[in-house]
Amino acid sequence: MPLIKEGVLAEDSWQSLADEDELREGPIVVTLERWQSERDSLLARNTPLGVRLRSDQSPALVAEDLERFGLVALEFPKFNDGRAYSYARLLRDRYGFKGEVRAVGGVFRDQFLLMQRCGFDAFEVADKAAVEAWEKAISEISVTYQPGADARRPALALRRNRPAA
Amino acid sequence: MYRYDEFDHTLVTERVHQFRDQVERRLSGELTEDQFKPLRLMNGLYLQLHAYMLRVAVPYGTLSSTQMRKLAYIARRYDKGYGHFTTRQNIQFNWPKLEETPDILAELAEVEMHAIQTSGNCIRNTTSDQFAGAAADEIEDPRVYCEIIRQWSTLHPEFTFLPRKFKIAVTGADHDRAAVRVHDIGLQMRRNEAGEVGFEVIVGGGLGRTPVIGQTIREFLPKQHLLSYLEAILRVYNQLGRRDNLYKARIKILVRSEGIENFARLVEEEWSHIKDSALQLPEDEITRIETYFAPPRYERLEDTVREFEVKRFEDRDFASWVRTNVTAHKEPGYAVATISLKPTGKPPGDASAWQMDAVADLAESYSFSEIRVTHEQNLVLPNVRKADLYALWQSLRDVELATPNAGLLSDMIACPGLDYCNLANARSIPVAQRISERFSDLERQHDIGSLKIKISGCINACGHHHVGHIGLLGVDKKGEEFYQITLGGSADENTAIGKIVGPAFSYDDVVDAVEKIVDTYLNIRSEDEEFSDTFRRVGLTPFKETLYAAH
Repeated sequence: MPLIKEGVLAEDSWQSLADEDELREGPIVVTLERWQSERDSLLARNTPLGVRLRSDQSPALVAEDLERFGLVALEFPKFNDGRAYSYARLLRDRYGFKGEVRAVGGVFRDQFLLMQRCGFDAFEVADKAAVEAWEKAISEISVTYQPGADARRPALALRRNRPAA
Repeated sequence: MYRYDEFDHTLVTERVHQFRDQVERRLSGELTEDQFKPLRLMNGLYLQLHAYMLRVAVPYGTLSSTQMRKLAYIARRYDKGYGHFTTRQNIQFNWPKLEETPDILAELAEVEMHAIQTSGNCIRNTTSDQFAGAAADEIEDPRVYCEIIRQWSTLHPEFTFLPRKFKIAVTGADHDRAAVRVHDIGLQMRRNEAGEVGFEVIVGGGLGRTPVIGQTIREFLPKQHLLSYLEAILRVYNQLGRRDNLYKARIKILVRSEGIENFARLVEEEWSHIKDSALQLPEDEITRIETYFAPPRYERLEDTVREFEVKRFEDRDFASWVRTNVTAHKEPGYAVATISLKPTGKPPGDASAWQMDAVADLAESYSFSEIRVTHEQNLVLPNVRKADLYALWQSLRDVELATPNAGLLSDMIACPGLDYCNLANARSIPVAQRISERFSDLERQHDIGSLKIKISGCINACGHHHVGHIGLLGVDKKGEEFYQITLGGSADENTAIGKIVGPAFSYDDVVDAVEKIVDTYLNIRSEDEEFSDTFRRVGLTPFKETLYAAH
């Protein structure tokens, strides 16, 4: 699957493992269940580790362990299951997670902007057309009315800073 | 009224370009209808029985005369010459062509309007008291906070794919004209013991197939915390609301399954983290928005206006219109005029392009260019000098907008029903038309007094039948249209869900049934008792007896 990072097609250095897959060398992403049951052996490997959360698994479940992870993948079982938007906000704003927050599953160009604003910084997409659409998708609306997890400044802050007319 | 600044203009314009691009991708076949559907719904474009329908937002029901003229122009240029005002203070156009919708949105953007979030599982248009700013019983103008909520909720990145749609209503008056207890969140402005103004926050109300009266989650929320508190509620709901069953996905179901105490605990816990974040409303921002809603330049007038009293005495028809359609204003010598969109035998809420133009003209002549849309599908001129009421009434009569029935039986709410909507089981509009024809004698309606009939063509309850004094719900019985009748509902500060009176009536019999209910009320009411008072006193039994006596 093509991966978008920093706005461009990126090499994916992570391997996402199903629960029955053998552990491999290099950075791996495991399910929450596997993390919970094989915690000690996963940590002993001493290689980058990521966790993959289903849309019914809140990052609150791994809040204590986040410093052990280089990546948290949040699943969108369907594009319109929006729970992971809140999860991304929690990861960034509440838990101060600095690693990669990756959107996987139903991820389409018309959601890039929303996802980025909630703190996602990596996006697994179905095809390369979505990669080409990236730049337009995140820039076609330039005004934001709410504080988000991104660097955009909301209209409220910009209005307060403009010189008096 | 609020006026867009450069940020608002930019956003709405960019949204038009974005939507134009989405429509082009659909027309070129790059997007399938399945892929396009969520995109068009985010912009209020539905596919109905016969055509597309575009729902345009009228934020908190406030329109300028310029905006009304633009709606008239759109009705003429892109539709069949009329529009339909809805129970959420919006307007719908029933016949736009897909390829022209971006142009319609561009036209709307010119007058600071849009169709953003008029559909989809997101935060919808925030609704309010149609008399806001003019009502005598108001603590503060609620539209200030509606506008603050409008901006915060517009393209909110976290809450665009909620479990289900989400509706917020705000009222600043004790008498609740905004139905805040049947919204996902209702905000009732309150003054605390220290004299500060804030909000009572009500959550989990709603109609639909499971009508629920909202519960108070917080008695008093200081203004500066409005957005952080809303965000906390929405964040809890977004994570925990059900997504497995469309009919159990509204916040009311979550509040019920968690229990209000536990739900409140979850919200307060979330709120404790974000309360002092950038969501906190600075005092100067509230003041900035308040400035837009500063009262117009009222003249200093005597409250008793002789020429008005004389006309009222001389002209019975005028007097009858004043009795129902004119409401007290907070300023001496001024009044609030309701323009009925419920003439006998016409679909409730429809207005033709020439009527819209006429209302725009009259607003300019008599009401500081301001118009309101009510959730009961009427229009309002909020700031009319009493001395001008007679001239206003005469002009309204010329364009068939002077029906003296605001609050009376024929001032019905009806959803579009089977004539337009692909969810409906039964027709709504023709039933409303037949009822208004049966009761076309206005003397009789005045005698009956305040009576709210609300009609929904299916269980989704867009016609708010649960909160009608008399509610009619269209049901399908082996392919035939039947109507279940509920009595005793109410959407004001005494919110109540109507009770089912008995077996449903056929399309042919339902008007007779309504008449029997009304006659029963007339027989048993004590002096000056309104229908809802009588119902509270006697309950269902006397109505059941007369309705089903012969069966």
